Amino acid sequence: MLDNLNLLVIAPYLGVQLLLDGIFIGAIFALAAYGLALVWGVMNVKNLSQGEFVIMGGYFAWYMSTYGIHPMYALPVAVIGMFGFGWVVYKTIISRVVEKDMFTSLLATFGLAIVIQQGLNLAFGPEVQVAESGFPTHTIPIWGGEITVAAIRFYSFLICCVLAGGVVAFMKKSRMGQAIRATSQDVRAAKVMGIDTEKVFAFTYALNAAICGAAGVLISMIWVIQPFYGITHSIRSFVIVTAAGFGNLAGVLMASLGLGVVEQYGGFILGAELQQATVVGMLLLVLIWRQVQMNRVRQAVQ
Amino acid sequence: MRHFTRWSLAATAAVAMMGTSQFAYAASDCKELILGSAISFTGKYSTNGIHAKNGYDLAVKKVNETGGVKIGGNCYKLSIKYYDDESTPARTAQLLERLIKQDGVKYFLGPYSSATTKAAAPVVEKYKIPMVEAEGASRSLFNKGYRYLFAVLSTSEQYLASTIALAAEIAKKNGKKPGDVKVAMAFEQDPFSLDVRAGVIDDIKKFGLKIVIDDKLPRDLSDMSATLTKVKALKPDLLLISGHSKGAVTAARQIKELNINTPMIAITHCEAGKIISKFGASTNGFLCPTQWAETLSYKGKAFGSAADYDKLFKATFDGYTTVPYQSAQASAAVLVWKDAFERAGSLDTEKVRDAIAATDMKTFYGSIKFAPEGNNIAKPMVLRQIQNGKYNVVAPLEWASSKIEYPRMVK
Repeated sequence: MLDNLNLLVIAPYLGVQLLLDGIFIGAIFALAAYGLALVWGVMNVKNLSQGEFVIMGGYFAWYMSTYGIHPMYALPVAVIGMFGFGWVVYKTIISRVVEKDMFTSLLATFGLAIVIQQGLNLAFGPEVQVAESGFPTHTIPIWGGEITVAAIRFYSFLICCVLAGGVVAFMKKSRMGQAIRATSQDVRAAKVMGIDTEKVFAFTYALNAAICGAAGVLISMIWVIQPFYGITHSIRSFVIVTAAGFGNLAGVLMASLGLGVVEQYGGFILGAELQQATVVGMLLLVLIWRQVQMNRVRQAVQ
Repeated sequence: MRHFTRWSLAATAAVAMMGTSQFAYAASDCKELILGSAISFTGKYSTNGIHAKNGYDLAVKKVNETGGVKIGGNCYKLSIKYYDDESTPARTAQLLERLIKQDGVKYFLGPYSSATTKAAAPVVEKYKIPMVEAEGASRSLFNKGYRYLFAVLSTSEQYLASTIALAAEIAKKNGKKPGDVKVAMAFEQDPFSLDVRAGVIDDIKKFGLKIVIDDKLPRDLSDMSATLTKVKALKPDLLLISGHSKGAVTAARQIKELNINTPMIAITHCEAGKIISKFGASTNGFLCPTQWAETLSYKGKAFGSAADYDKLFKATFDGYTTVPYQSAQASAAVLVWKDAFERAGSLDTEKVRDAIAATDMKTFYGSIKFAPEGNNIAKPMVLRQIQNGKYNVVAPLEWASSKIEYPRMVK
């Protein structure tokens, strides 16, 4: 561990490489996390199948690439496909548990996650898959050309920014976006005002699935996908939302980029086997910090 | 309702018969000899489990077509009773008990994977029933003193060990001391990869190389850029990676993305990860260990040469462009059974066990001779290098078809 820290001191450009990798991948985490924040905030469902939605999106890209179609074209297909899937899941499962207590919705979405995992396993097999973009790797011509940026990472960063901007504009400007925000404030009041909350819930859940699908397409071109890899994506989303809170896209974005960077540094300094442990460690720290914060608030009220 | 039940029973029976008829032959003058196996048709090992089953089935078919098994003047046709262990070790053990107690099977072929074989070994040991397995390579299977477990494949600590000797040799040729050769390693934390690592460490000590990175990869690995960034800084001469196909795929992708130019890179499971078709020219120069390759000049009685087996396998089963070594070694396990039955001249499990222990045969899969611990000591691990998008055997020299490219071509 000290060796690795020492390495960062001797060759500071490595830190830049880690920072860039972390930021690029963090932007993708932001998509899934924002979807989770949306569903959590609007309908108070903690969606444990978040990561599985991401992996499903990845399979769109991989499946299309096996037919020689460039995986980038899978982006709109996955968004539309996953939107439809999310709607169906809402109507068949989530609508039945949305009014129930937290435990029921946790169980239902956990069950859904297992069904999706096994379904993907049956349909596509347990192999690790990738969708190859074929984009080149660029070298940054300083520090002796040791820093590389894969074009796909940069493009996916841009796509994440565009998608996030689109979602924000949608929430602010469109009627449906306004209805979603109203419902998240108070379901009963929204109902009284004539908002079809059932439809709002269905739309929110479907939108979440669509965003996850987009994230999955990008993940499949940068990392690898496998039917059982959803769980780590779910955990990341939970960490980010716990840290940033709902309805706060700027917060979600900052937390995601931060998590991406921390994960890269964690992998470098503590070793690759603890890279994902850093994520869970972050969750722990966030929870402790929140607890302290809340205690402070409580004291102020007294 | 009763009608329905009867009909569905009849239908199931018919389907089952259609399923088995492919390999069932008129048993006019030959009796049936049943081998048992609990193997993975579903779950995470399903792909390779089915490769192994195809290997078993092909060898059974071949043996039966060429006169069956002759034991003391009687003729027997082989058949295999399968159960699906759902890729779960606990299930493997249960199903073996069932095969022994309810189905009365007395001769076993192995399951797929080291984990399930580890669960199977104590069961066959308890009932004193011999098992010839072909898909469990973990070293830990052969240091427990099991008497009834035999494996035709090379154990996992041999997977990457030969690269160390190779690197030391190349260093000497280039006028460097082996002590100057820097090795970077990244191994998954699972029984298989830890075995691979143990074998590598032994040889590193033997040749006196220097380890500069020794990272452990997580089970659900999808990013190893942190490790590779270290590789970039420390510039090792040899990079070793083992983490099943996810390790191979992740490494191949990120070695390309991060422009890693280590002169010698060795990765396990290149074939299973299909890295050539996924990442093309950037994989040129990778060294990949394999149990078996169709280009090797191995020959045996039953199937002829390795190339003949390759041809027959592709003609028998649809959808294979290359024959996985998992299938080849499965076939070899069946050949061991036939050979042992005939030499034992008896169906007594003890006598057959002793005959298996005394096996010394040449097959299309390589020579087979068991150590007292049950592992095959006559067949080396083969090292192939990806050259122009093809796997060419470069070590051991005895079987090599091409010269190793060093340093590896970096675009």
